Amino acid sequence: MSLATVAVRPSRLGRVSRLVRADLLAAVGAVLLVLIVLASLAAPWLAPFPQDGTTATHATQSLLPPGGGHLMGTDQVGRDVLSRLLYGGRTSLFIAAVVLLLAAAVGVALGVIAGYAGGVVRDVIMRVTDVFLAFPALLLSLALAVVLQPSVRTAILAIAATWWPWYTRLTASIASSIRSRGYVDAARCLGVSPARVMLRHVLPNSLTPVLVQLSLDAGGVILTAAALSYLGLGAQEPTSEWGLMVEQGQALFTTDWWVVTFPGLAILVTAFAFNVLGEGLRAALDPRRNAR
Amino acid sequence: MGRYLLRRLGQAALVVVGVLVLTFLIVRVVPGDPAVSVVGPRASPEQLTEAHHRLGLDAPIPVQLWNYVRQLLTGDLGTSLHTHQAVTHDLGVAFPASLELVGAALLLAVLVGMPLGVLAARYRRTGTDVAVRVQSMLAVSLPVFWLALVLQNVFATTLGWFPVAGEYSSSLDSTSPLHVYTNITLVDALITGNWPIFTSTLGHLVLPALVIAAYPMGVVAQLTRAALIEEMGQDHVRMERALGFRERQVLVGFALRPALNPVLSLLALVFAYALVNAFLVESVFNWPGLGRYAADAIRSLDTPAIAGVTLLVAMLYVLVNLAVDLLQSVVDPRVSLR
Repeated sequence: MSLATVAVRPSRLGRVSRLVRADLLAAVGAVLLVLIVLASLAAPWLAPFPQDGTTATHATQSLLPPGGGHLMGTDQVGRDVLSRLLYGGRTSLFIAAVVLLLAAAVGVALGVIAGYAGGVVRDVIMRVTDVFLAFPALLLSLALAVVLQPSVRTAILAIAATWWPWYTRLTASIASSIRSRGYVDAARCLGVSPARVMLRHVLPNSLTPVLVQLSLDAGGVILTAAALSYLGLGAQEPTSEWGLMVEQGQALFTTDWWVVTFPGLAILVTAFAFNVLGEGLRAALDPRRNAR
Repeated sequence: MGRYLLRRLGQAALVVVGVLVLTFLIVRVVPGDPAVSVVGPRASPEQLTEAHHRLGLDAPIPVQLWNYVRQLLTGDLGTSLHTHQAVTHDLGVAFPASLELVGAALLLAVLVGMPLGVLAARYRRTGTDVAVRVQSMLAVSLPVFWLALVLQNVFATTLGWFPVAGEYSSSLDSTSPLHVYTNITLVDALITGNWPIFTSTLGHLVLPALVIAAYPMGVVAQLTRAALIEEMGQDHVRMERALGFRERQVLVGFALRPALNPVLSLLALVFAYALVNAFLVESVFNWPGLGRYAADAIRSLDTPAIAGVTLLVAMLYVLVNLAVDLLQSVVDPRVSLR
């Protein structure tokens, strides 16, 4: 989603497409990502056994190896692994989208205020971000997920609670540099209210780096969400979720490798696609790097 | 310098206070009544009130916070609900084991990641560069718990090259018992000359350390590459080239040194991340560290233990950050002017 917003800006469209062509790795990431998103969206139509993505179980077909009717085999209760993989993509992408939306909304708002207001307001906000940054994302998520009921919603809240400070830091540094520009002074002298200056002048200038950061972070959020589900603190049965699938299959790894291997690969490929795309976007939109 | 030191210490103190408050809040919002777990579900209302009073749960929240902090200052983190021992004691045993694992992993990450970064910078925009970049991107995208399972199944269970789990063969406890000084098994075995346990621990360390090393290795390789490429554009490099030094000498002899600084400070920051990644890996390999302790605590909803682990890791993060900032201001005095 963030990609599309960057790309429709006419002034950057040419530059982005040219540089994506130059950066083959990022292009591969973009293609992979489009495929993953499409496959997840179309899961109800693509999945060979759509009902296996949710509640259905088939006791007689448990742990069938890949091949024949089940391209990736079946799990211990006879569900088609491929179908659950497709539905699991929906869970992972949904979590990533909501977490990043929440984190960016809170983080950017606080960052713009901190950077524009400066002084004591900035100090207070930045110290609060320091406190939250002292807890590695997975750790605070663990602590929160233990005291709240484990569910997809808890996982989303827990991860978002650890992710917003990065956006505050990023936006605050941009906002404080924009504050001293001539056009902001001009707007202030004309009597434009601080809220309007922030919305019309400071916020739009912070958006590009935030979008790059979002695409860089998506991979990390997906990994964290999968780790939480693996520990039993995220998605719960019968929801299809990749981390949960690995957890459920781990005891069977030696004999029935497919129940663990495919969901793990799905996490890896998705995180990889986001990471290379984010890295490529950063390189493309960073003028300092372009020069070299 | 003096003013910078004071300001930075003040900031760190504020963050420590915030960390304490946040941990307290997490412990306090635990669903259910802690008093119930003490007196049992069938206790009379009077007993419950009495337990509330005894545990200080009837005091106002700020008073409870103050009591919590006072308790912490005396080194009391409460009693774990699943090991029935003081949380500080449990942490004192588990943390050194994690430190051993994460230390080995970070060492591995530097030894492999830096040369890869140098290689990518030297052969920039060639197949080697792309291969290193793909490899380091894959390393940071791997779900650690899955990598741990895969390596354990392939190299331990199936091929039998490495032990499956644990810190050293438990049979060694009877044949050559270990005298514990630091709780870091490798160090204890080394200073007491206990070679069977030393070599056994090294063997057990390989797979989990490799898994934890994957992420920092990828980051180190990427940063080394970026820092070197930046450094190669500097005037002193042009000078050295003009003087006729060979490219390899310029790269390793002159450009690498200034590029080391960001890599080292990055390592300090990655330390906390690696420690948390170790949480997932330790459960798989049954390594007796913080992660396995936390995983067990999660399963039994052991809030004092979780709060203890959270507090320890967050405090470490603050201290390491402070140390890095102060070190940097010594190495580069310009930092303290900001």
